[in-house]
Amino acid sequence: MKRVYVNEEWCLGCHLCEYNCAWANSGIKEMSDALKGRKIYPRIHVEGDDKITFAVSCRHCEDPMCVKSCIAGAIRKEDGVVRINREKCVGCLTCVLVCPYGALTPAEDGIMQKCELCLTNSCGEPACVKGCPNHAIVYEER
Amino acid sequence: MPAECVGDKEEALKNHVIIGNGTAAVGCIEGIRSISSEDRITVISKEPHPVYSRPLISYYLEGKTDLKRMLYRDEDFYKKNGVDIRYGVTAEHIDTAKKKIKLSDGTTLKYDDICVAAGSSPFVPPMQGLDSVEKKFGFMTLDDALSLEKELTKEARVLIVGAGLIGLKCAEGIKERVGSITVCDLADRVLSSILDSECAGIVQKHLEAHGISFLLSDSVAKFEGNKAIMKSGAEVEFDILVLAVGVRANIGLIKEIGGTVNRGIVVNEEQKTSLEDIYAAGDCAEGYDASIDANRVLAILPNAYMQGRTAGINMAGGTVTFDTGIPMNSIGFFGLHIMSAGAYDGERKEIRHGDVLKRFFVKDGKLGGYMLIGETDRAGIYTALVREKTPLSEINFDAVTEKAGSIVFSADSRRKKFGGTV
Repeated sequence: MKRVYVNEEWCLGCHLCEYNCAWANSGIKEMSDALKGRKIYPRIHVEGDDKITFAVSCRHCEDPMCVKSCIAGAIRKEDGVVRINREKCVGCLTCVLVCPYGALTPAEDGIMQKCELCLTNSCGEPACVKGCPNHAIVYEER
Repeated sequence: MPAECVGDKEEALKNHVIIGNGTAAVGCIEGIRSISSEDRITVISKEPHPVYSRPLISYYLEGKTDLKRMLYRDEDFYKKNGVDIRYGVTAEHIDTAKKKIKLSDGTTLKYDDICVAAGSSPFVPPMQGLDSVEKKFGFMTLDDALSLEKELTKEARVLIVGAGLIGLKCAEGIKERVGSITVCDLADRVLSSILDSECAGIVQKHLEAHGISFLLSDSVAKFEGNKAIMKSGAEVEFDILVLAVGVRANIGLIKEIGGTVNRGIVVNEEQKTSLEDIYAAGDCAEGYDASIDANRVLAILPNAYMQGRTAGINMAGGTVTFDTGIPMNSIGFFGLHIMSAGAYDGERKEIRHGDVLKRFFVKDGKLGGYMLIGETDRAGIYTALVREKTPLSEINFDAVTEKAGSIVFSADSRRKKFGGTV
């Protein structure tokens, strides 16, 4: 199945993926309305140091630790995509405790959110990839 | 169905029986179904409820979830997985010679193999005068929470015996619904099983700031109705008593038939007990703890699921082992998050600023364990270093003590993690 993959040598560290992610998942039509003057809570994060940067989002693991560890049964893997039911999540952060990629972060309300490949939002395909100016993240089969 | 009508195919199907209906049982069911869609599965559930998220009972009282949302799996879970679920029944005896289980309703059940996922029971030490306490509760099951809920009033004074994970989550869950809460514990600190004195002190201070009172290094000498007289001489008047002293693994079924037990039912890395065709998983089992290289009861939910799943796959004819279990906890109180994992010996490294304390334990060139208070972002990267026993000489650990991140790994290792299928 198609996943988001990282080519860290191409990453400019521009953080555009974070903004595009937050916008795509905001449900707000205009980018400026969704982002301007607000603290954003993206589901992809640019990490690194002064030499190298790279964007990290959910790996949609074959055998996901988060799914097996969620104390609320809120995380499932469906059709290859690891999804979270935010209605069930109580914000205990056990998924943060176990994800070896550091791919999960809470939303503004303290409830967890995660990359679901933009399959159900208005973007329909990963907004982070679509907006990456240097192909440092790609969405493809490998 | 009469025996003669049973065809060859039916005959070949195995009868798997799961004793217990918690997280380990779900892991076992899903493990079996990942191998066989047809084998028969029967679940013996003492509690009269479909599987729910047990650690969520405090969140239920706090109003952060409800009975529907706290179901651990969808309502049609048993039906979809072809599980014969028997509610309100317990297993009383396993006859390994006849391969039958005697149930509390007087019936017997044939089995090919069993997964004992019977969990644990609250341990209540003998306390003088306990019988004189009118309103007393455990805090292990949904029914415990529902019974306690009925007694909650804005004026109620609550005494919780036990400052561990269960007692403190109970305190947080009911705080806004009662008058006052006092927590006592024989230990000299809160969360003594997962935190050292200094870390526990930070958590205690935070809880006190939210109105919880503590009596530590103290225990109840005797109860006189609604009054607890402590060993120290202190007296605590209360309306509601919650007993959260500790738990004991339910090992009776296996012990009485000669299976190897210690604090829990001893299992190998395939979750097999010492008895043929009997597996055990979850809080009742004593499996391998990679952080101490020995067996130990690891009564945490992720472990229960993974052990259950391992047992299930093996019961259905697969071959898997689970040898990466470690103690680990993520717990929060009134907005303060705490995480811990592994073992706490070796050289200590720490980061502190403001209310944040991150304490790491490095032993034999590896990260053996950690405690984090107030700053837990991406802690799973630390957990993975503990679980996978990654030699710190191969990575740049110093770069991530302040802030966890995958920069800790080499570019090559990151290429595999983020450029491949994991």
